[in-house]
Amino acid sequence: MAANESRIMAIPETHPEHEEYWKAAAEGKLIIKHCESCGEYHHYPRVLCPFCKSEKTTWKEAKGTGTIYTYSVMRKGSPYVIAFVTLDEGPRMMTNIIDCDWDELHIDQRVKVAFMQSGNQNNPGPCVPCFTPSMTENS
Amino acid sequence: MTIKGRAYIAGAFEHPMRKAPDKSVSAIHAECAKGALADAGLSFADVDGYFCAGDAPGGVHSMVDYLGLDVRHADGTDTGGSSYIAHVSHAAQAIISGKCNVALITMGGRPRSEGRSGVKQKIVGANVPEAPFELTYGPTAVNEYAMATMRHMHEYGTTSEQLAWVKVAASHHAKHNPNAMLRDVVTVEDVLSSPMIADPLHRLDCCVVSDGGGAIIVVSPEIAKSLNRPLIRVLGAGESSKGLLGGKADLTYSGAVRSGASAFAEAGVNSQDIKYASIYDSFTITVLMQLEDLGFCKKGEGGKFVADGNLISGVGKLPINTDGGGLNNNHPSGRGGMIKLIEAVRQLRGESHPKVQVNNCDLALVHGTGGGLASRHGSATLILERV
Repeated sequence: MAANESRIMAIPETHPEHEEYWKAAAEGKLIIKHCESCGEYHHYPRVLCPFCKSEKTTWKEAKGTGTIYTYSVMRKGSPYVIAFVTLDEGPRMMTNIIDCDWDELHIDQRVKVAFMQSGNQNNPGPCVPCFTPSMTENS
Repeated sequence: MTIKGRAYIAGAFEHPMRKAPDKSVSAIHAECAKGALADAGLSFADVDGYFCAGDAPGGVHSMVDYLGLDVRHADGTDTGGSSYIAHVSHAAQAIISGKCNVALITMGGRPRSEGRSGVKQKIVGANVPEAPFELTYGPTAVNEYAMATMRHMHEYGTTSEQLAWVKVAASHHAKHNPNAMLRDVVTVEDVLSSPMIADPLHRLDCCVVSDGGGAIIVVSPEIAKSLNRPLIRVLGAGESSKGLLGGKADLTYSGAVRSGASAFAEAGVNSQDIKYASIYDSFTITVLMQLEDLGFCKKGEGGKFVADGNLISGVGKLPINTDGGGLNNNHPSGRGGMIKLIEAVRQLRGESHPKVQVNNCDLALVHGTGGGLASRHGSATLILERV
């Protein structure tokens, strides 16, 4: 069974310090924070690196590929798949898995980013990064 | 400074109602306060310290005013369902440092009457840093715990059958509790055939949604010894907070690793010494993971540990939640920590139902989780001794 994508995704609260993230998402790009001091990526984005506390954090475009760390199919109400995906750059992010057969999903499955618009037609919000099983999976 | 042996739990009260559409939340707090003070043999005039958490309408100031208290110490620490377990430790610290002598801790809520439950989208206030990057994906209490369960199954081979045993044990205890919301004994089969809520958690892997509340009284040793109640003293406590670690999230363990180690170190006892444990049971996975993290079994062996009735009083090695726990008895306001404290006090006093009372129960552990086991949460552990 395919996940029901008629669920309205809540419009995220936006702040000026995340402007680039949402702008990139609108262009179909996932950007994540990288620390110039310790070299670590982190997510969600912070002003100070959560590892070395440096303020030298910059946005980098992620490849947009990763693996499912864990997931759950929410069966109550309008169904959807919530997950944590480990990006190939390292960080794990909360997301939804879309355009998939949820009975075929599994941990360690390869996925790629796909953007969905939050809100609805009358009240559209920013595009948000979701993931979908990648065609090149060989696991 | 240690709190070991320097503060006592003198009073405990669990509100008998599980559905209270005609009571205000503040009224539930007040009735619980009165019940716990009566249990201790104290009055409102004796209270000089007050503690409450996020369920208390208007917080500390509104509640102190509503209850007509005259206190010289107040603490509104909110770590979700684990708050009240942390409050006992904070009350002990306040008593030792001379800030108060009689601390009242209250909790109450009516999610059942208000239609709140763990399948609803989480609501947080403005400016919560992670909110813009998470809420749009529909996190709820149940699917966050489900994601932790899924990963635990993947790494350790934990099964739904093993998780079901946690619910089976709770139901065997609840049948003896006339106030329990669910009193029917269930089988592993019953749990597995209940509707799937969020894979892999079934309906019967989830706690009840109940109205109600409770209160606890913590006092100085001098006051405890002046009262005509069994002496239950605080031996050790620990707290911690764990999150998603900047993107290096590990959903297979909880903050209990830290809070438990702190509490055992302060108490000078280990998990083998514990006769009874109140273990937070918002979901079956909560119990399994916390038992591992507290050291009752090795990491990854929680499934084996909880299976085959090992948590049932009189049957297994570690009786837990002999009131029926959050899974069957009571989980008011979606916050189970207060009820966990109350059943531990009953066990230590020998006041649990005779069918579930643990013989010579002189050492108990209480552990709570507040927030999402799969994401950000607080943990609080308390070790109590009957003198």
